[in-house]
Amino acid sequence: MNKIWIITKRELASFFDSLIAYVLIVIFLGLSGFFTWLFGNNVFIMNQASLQVFFGIAFWSLFFFIPAITMRMLAEENRAGTIELLSTKAISDWQIVVGKFLACVLLVLIALLCTLPYYITVSQLGSADHGAIIGGYLGLLLLSAGYISIGIFCSSITNNQIVAFLFALLIGIFFQLLFDVMGYTFRGGIGSIFNYLSMRTHFDSLSRGVIDSRDLIYFGSVIMAGLAFSQSMLSRRNWSA
Amino acid sequence: MSIVIEELTKKYGEQKAVNNISFEVKTGEVVGFLGPNGAGKSTTMKMITCYMSPTSGDIKLDGLSVLNQPEEIKKKIGYLPENNPLYTDMAIVDYLRFTAEIQGVEKSKISSRIGDMIDMCGLGVEKHKKINELSKGYRQRVGLAQAMIHDPEVLILDEPTTGLDPNQIIEIRKLIKKLGKEKTVILSSHILSEVEATCDRILIINRGRIVADGSADTLRHQSEGQELLTIQIEASGGDVHKALLGLPTVEKIDALEGKEGFYRVQSKPESFSRKAIFDLCVQNKWYLMEMTGIETRLEDVFRELTN
Repeated sequence: MNKIWIITKRELASFFDSLIAYVLIVIFLGLSGFFTWLFGNNVFIMNQASLQVFFGIAFWSLFFFIPAITMRMLAEENRAGTIELLSTKAISDWQIVVGKFLACVLLVLIALLCTLPYYITVSQLGSADHGAIIGGYLGLLLLSAGYISIGIFCSSITNNQIVAFLFALLIGIFFQLLFDVMGYTFRGGIGSIFNYLSMRTHFDSLSRGVIDSRDLIYFGSVIMAGLAFSQSMLSRRNWSA
Repeated sequence: MSIVIEELTKKYGEQKAVNNISFEVKTGEVVGFLGPNGAGKSTTMKMITCYMSPTSGDIKLDGLSVLNQPEEIKKKIGYLPENNPLYTDMAIVDYLRFTAEIQGVEKSKISSRIGDMIDMCGLGVEKHKKINELSKGYRQRVGLAQAMIHDPEVLILDEPTTGLDPNQIIEIRKLIKKLGKEKTVILSSHILSEVEATCDRILIINRGRIVADGSADTLRHQSEGQELLTIQIEASGGDVHKALLGLPTVEKIDALEGKEGFYRVQSKPESFSRKAIFDLCVQNKWYLMEMTGIETRLEDVFRELTN
């Protein structure tokens, strides 16, 4: 655990040193703030003390931001060769992967915490559905963790950050949109499988304030699968050719 | 800490980068890996440091095997990889602290270890700079510092002096010699003088196999064999070439091109021609201007074994 935290600490410091963190937080707040409060179907037009609008925007903006923060994680280590230095230290491949994963999750968590004033404002405006809002935040966090895990895997298979970014978006779009569409297109069993695979299904149910173990299991499995694949990609240098 | 390498093989696809090598390194020995590019030096080092696992064979450090106890081994090894990859966006002190934490140095000792490393590697002036602002020589020192931060029993250094200026090279060699008194050190290089200056023992590797093993002196002796002389004779008359060839101990004479009166004389095995050549000159009233023995250099040994 301690070793994981050392990696997480370094990665977080590097996010803030390289300004990536500030840029992302500012853009994320700017985008979500603009659409939530000022433009189009904003809170005032909806005339409801809810954050549904914000969750809808965050659902998409996180989808694009996350590959941008995960693309560096292992691709850069592969390119610079620092992975050799790191893996010959007293730390396991699993600890490296989880450490990097946690750093990204914490960065997203910080960005989400910066939107707490939205919650405070909305709850001042009227009687807000606190359960739905807490569920929505939890959903956003789990959704992000899922995409981070996928993003780290994409970063582990290449030494090029752009490839990692695009590949993460490609896999991501299935979970974000295509599985959902296929869920509607196909009937019966296949349709419900696709429906289950879609992030949207589970995110929607969480953001209604229903915390269901099926959703938690779903996100948990996506996260674990991504991390396990990343770890085995890291260990591929040991595979006998 | 002793290192035992048993029938180690590593294949990349069909190609055998390391082909069934076995050797042993005793505690406190400084061993130099020598070999042309692509000989398998770095691959062997990567296997010792648990970066890659061997295709077959085993490496044991004091009984710990790289196959079963890599975590234990990694704690005891300090490694400087080829090309010295570092996190260039970190300041030197931060980077050393990060490495110390990962290697499990006790919290209370971390600061003093960092201080020691900075003094030892001469990083004092630059210590708060970011690594990407450093020159290659300083980066190499950071690489050495991170390898030694947890006071490992074994140091594996892959081409430790590349990119350093002559003064730095001498400093690093001194440092390696000093470390070699208590620690087991394996370093690789293709600079022969370097290996000769720092190592107790040299392993020459070629195409994945060990082709020579011993101290610099033993290696030189092994390949010396026959006596080789360069002589210069100023003769007023007579056929010098023929007369020299007539000597019983001489096997071969070559006249050096473009130089009047210079010859290279090779003696027969186990025999010496210096006295006979001198006597020959006296008999014929020639002047012997020069006679030099040619010593086999490590370069020649290396070329002979790896070509």
